[in-house]
Amino acid sequence: MELTELLECVTALSCVVTQVSAGLTIGMLLFLVASGLTLIFGVLGLVNFAHGSFYMVGAYLALAGYGATGSFVAATVLGALGVALLGLLCERLLLSRIYGADVLMQLLVCYAIVLILDDVVKIVWGADFLSMGVPDSLRKPPFVVAGGIVPYFYAILFLVTAAIAALLAWGMGRTKFGRTVRAAAVNPAMVSALGVNTTALYAIVFAIGAMLAGAAGALSAPIRSVVPGAGVSILIESFIVTVIGGMGSIGGALAASLIIGLTRSFGSIGFPLFVEGMMFVIMALVLLLRPSGLAGRRSP
Amino acid sequence: MTAPELEVERLEAAYGASQVLFGVSLAVERGETLALMGRNGAGKSSTLKAIMGLLRPRAGRVMVRGREVTGLPPYRIARAGLGFVPEDRQVFPEHTVEENLEIAERAGVAGREWNARRAFEVLPLLAPLRKRLAGRLSGGEQQMLTIARSLMGNPAVMLLDEPSEGLAPLIVQQIAGLIRTLREMGTTIVLAEQNSRFCLAVATQVAVIDKGEIVWRGSVAQFRAEPEIQARYLQV
Repeated sequence: MELTELLECVTALSCVVTQVSAGLTIGMLLFLVASGLTLIFGVLGLVNFAHGSFYMVGAYLALAGYGATGSFVAATVLGALGVALLGLLCERLLLSRIYGADVLMQLLVCYAIVLILDDVVKIVWGADFLSMGVPDSLRKPPFVVAGGIVPYFYAILFLVTAAIAALLAWGMGRTKFGRTVRAAAVNPAMVSALGVNTTALYAIVFAIGAMLAGAAGALSAPIRSVVPGAGVSILIESFIVTVIGGMGSIGGALAASLIIGLTRSFGSIGFPLFVEGMMFVIMALVLLLRPSGLAGRRSP
Repeated sequence: MTAPELEVERLEAAYGASQVLFGVSLAVERGETLALMGRNGAGKSSTLKAIMGLLRPRAGRVMVRGREVTGLPPYRIARAGLGFVPEDRQVFPEHTVEENLEIAERAGVAGREWNARRAFEVLPLLAPLRKRLAGRLSGGEQQMLTIARSLMGNPAVMLLDEPSEGLAPLIVQQIAGLIRTLREMGTTIVLAEQNSRFCLAVATQVAVIDKGEIVWRGSVAQFRAEPEIQARYLQV
């Protein structure tokens, strides 16, 4: 371990600025994926093991959209909406049939979706690593804050993801739709008896959850390699986030995502070989001290 | 002759392997308040749940204003014109009083007469509590909230399951007053109740259920004239 380097970093403001900004950006991208996962679990009671694949498809769609239009905005919109549609299809055709089924059945059906999507992606785009690179229009000199470097594209990513998170919080907390979704998470039969079409509500919530994963995949495409199976690692990280934050809690997922993002960015200096392990250590500590997560009420 | 507001024909239902309803038939005309009376476990709540689609009927028919709704999901039955007030109230505890009403607000078969403002006029006790979390209300306040909440859907018929259960006598009187007010406004009501005094104070019609079957039907006046019915089916 390079703990002395970590110590040097945290005592130099410039290094702290660079690592914190990187950590927050990584954390916010992770939050988009994890918030969709936790939303789907909280409302539908479904553990969506296919969530990472939605992220992967979002990245591929963005790559294709960017190739076709040269616009990163169009690419991101295509990734988000394309995956929302894909999620809607999966929910209507497959997952809506296993609500309330035991978790092994959910795992089986979701894993089938993972395998199918991995193969579809290989057939369409091939099995090789693809990379998109930061779009030309967003290649600008970095910001320098207190001597620390904040890449321009990272700053853009942070703003976009923060805006999406704010929109999500507003939608869930301040609209009739969001209040109805939260009521349905607690008592779906009563919500249905009041005349709310819960079948449609579930489909919409699932599509929104999938869209969040697709958007995160699209936004990450310029800074990560795009490859079949890319969904697995983000899925595991998202599960760690939802467990730390509390299954079903979006606020908890935000806090946990930022903790994991910062762990990643500082860990890459201080313990580069143990970054993944450290995430599990944090999860284990949280589970020991607060078994239902930072903001959780119901156990997974 | 127009169809009754709610008509139930030979309704059967079961929880798993144990059957609870063995052919329940009922009809409620517009403006009536029907009290469904019976002992604990006679099938009162199950009847309301089966009508509402919360307990899947095995046989029989449910018609709302002449339209068959048997076996539909609860939200479609609600939209056909039924409002449901469950036995254990089931307010949304982490939503405010106002938000509980908002979730249920929709144009119903009876038009768009009801909204939160009007509910607070009819239920003035709820008005000062509008920003309070429903989980923090007393039992009586929660009961009023669930009644108000089901009004928000502008139903043709309201189904009330044990509205007096577990409430202090003074609150029970208030709920009875509220039900009479609704009846005077022309609302059609079906009430499942164990408390006969409460029923006789608010109902116009009585149906007695025993072992999952309707064993007696008539007006409140006829019911009062037949004490042996009360003795046989209602007293423990």
